[in-house]
Amino acid sequence: MGTIDNAAGVLAAEGGEGGFWQDAYPVIPHPGELIVGIISFAVLYFVYKRFVVPRLEAMLAERQRTIEGGIERAEAMQAEAKAALEQYRAQLAEARNEAAQIRDAARAEGQQIIEELRAQAQEESARIVARGEEQIAAARQQVVNELRGQIGTLAVDLAGRVVGESLADDARRQGTVDRFLDQLDGMSATDGRGGAVTVPGGNR
Amino acid sequence: MTTEVSAAEEFVPPSAPDFWQPLVGDGAFALTRTMVVMVLVSIGLAVAMMAMTRRLSVVPGRGQFRLEGVYGLVRNSIGRDIIGSAHFKPYIPLLFTLFTLILVNNLMGIIPPVQFPTMSRIGFPLALALGVYLVYLVAGVRRRGLGGFLKNLVPSGLPLFVVPVVFLLELVTFLITRPVTLTLRLFGNMFAGHILLLLFALGGEYFLLHGEGLLRVISIPAFAMFMLFTAFEILIAFLQAYVFILLASIYIAEVYADDH
Repeated sequence: MGTIDNAAGVLAAEGGEGGFWQDAYPVIPHPGELIVGIISFAVLYFVYKRFVVPRLEAMLAERQRTIEGGIERAEAMQAEAKAALEQYRAQLAEARNEAAQIRDAARAEGQQIIEELRAQAQEESARIVARGEEQIAAARQQVVNELRGQIGTLAVDLAGRVVGESLADDARRQGTVDRFLDQLDGMSATDGRGGAVTVPGGNR
Repeated sequence: MTTEVSAAEEFVPPSAPDFWQPLVGDGAFALTRTMVVMVLVSIGLAVAMMAMTRRLSVVPGRGQFRLEGVYGLVRNSIGRDIIGSAHFKPYIPLLFTLFTLILVNNLMGIIPPVQFPTMSRIGFPLALALGVYLVYLVAGVRRRGLGGFLKNLVPSGLPLFVVPVVFLLELVTFLITRPVTLTLRLFGNMFAGHILLLLFALGGEYFLLHGEGLLRVISIPAFAMFMLFTAFEILIAFLQAYVFILLASIYIAEVYADDH
């Protein structure tokens, strides 16, 4: 504080030496400085108002637009992506559905084919079996018929050789032959083997 | 500054005459050091701003980013927030001019080789304050008309006998106090800051050159204080520029405030 008082004292003491502006109170504005200040300020203000600030404002406005445009674009793209995703999901579900249907149909068809084949095979086998039986029966009948004829002749022949002429005119002996044949018939009917109808004197 | 000290054995503290530094001529229209600084700073700012805003891009580079930082502070933090988003646009050039001009001129108080604050000569802050004064008065009258402007000085609902007193006080505030305080605040801060810097610098120098024995050591803290206050002045430079446009915005905002 002392120095400031001292400064004031010095200021007062030197009053006479310099010009008015050197010793003037510092709160008295120097006209030249005031004018230069106003002009500098005005010129700089003009430059800012005319060029600097409009450029900055234009840039800020453009940035704002860019940001807003970017947000809008992003939103649009998001919506589009969402729609595409929905579509893909729907398509996928549809495809899955379709695949399941195809699978079911194929399975059903396969089942049906198997059933058909099985039925066909059964029928076939039944048919084959039936034909075999038929053939067997036919062959047996044939053999029986053949044998019946041959055995009759053979038996008569054999009996004739054994007993001689007496056999031909004796009616009683005719009855014996018939009874024998009937017995043979009965035998072949019971055991069913055509081959078993052996003649007692078969091994000649 | 230093010539007096080295010539005299006795310490002469810095004082008001140290701020009178005519370069050419003498008297009321002498070309002074601060005039040259003011003109150079203005030209430098105009050129730099024109160059920096020549190619502005939506995605800023480093230089543009800094410019936008300063511009955003003035435009948004002060202009828009105080004047209001409906009316602040026309005042951006004024506020931005004031801020940059004051800030750079204040920084000239510590930047070599100038190291002399322009605003410590009262003519310059007065010129700026007059600009603000003009703007807020014209804006006020233009918005409400002269009658409305004067009427708006007095808040409604006051008892009738108080109205003349309040009117007078408000009128003085509007017409005298505001521009004067705006001027004096800036001037006083820069003037006092420069006096302090001078005191520490000259004091340290005096102790170093003319001190006896241990007294020379005192120059070390003196110079340390000089450096500390130089750093402090950077803060003051910014703060005063900020306060100036803050107050200017408040005065302008009052034009658009519909109620007191």
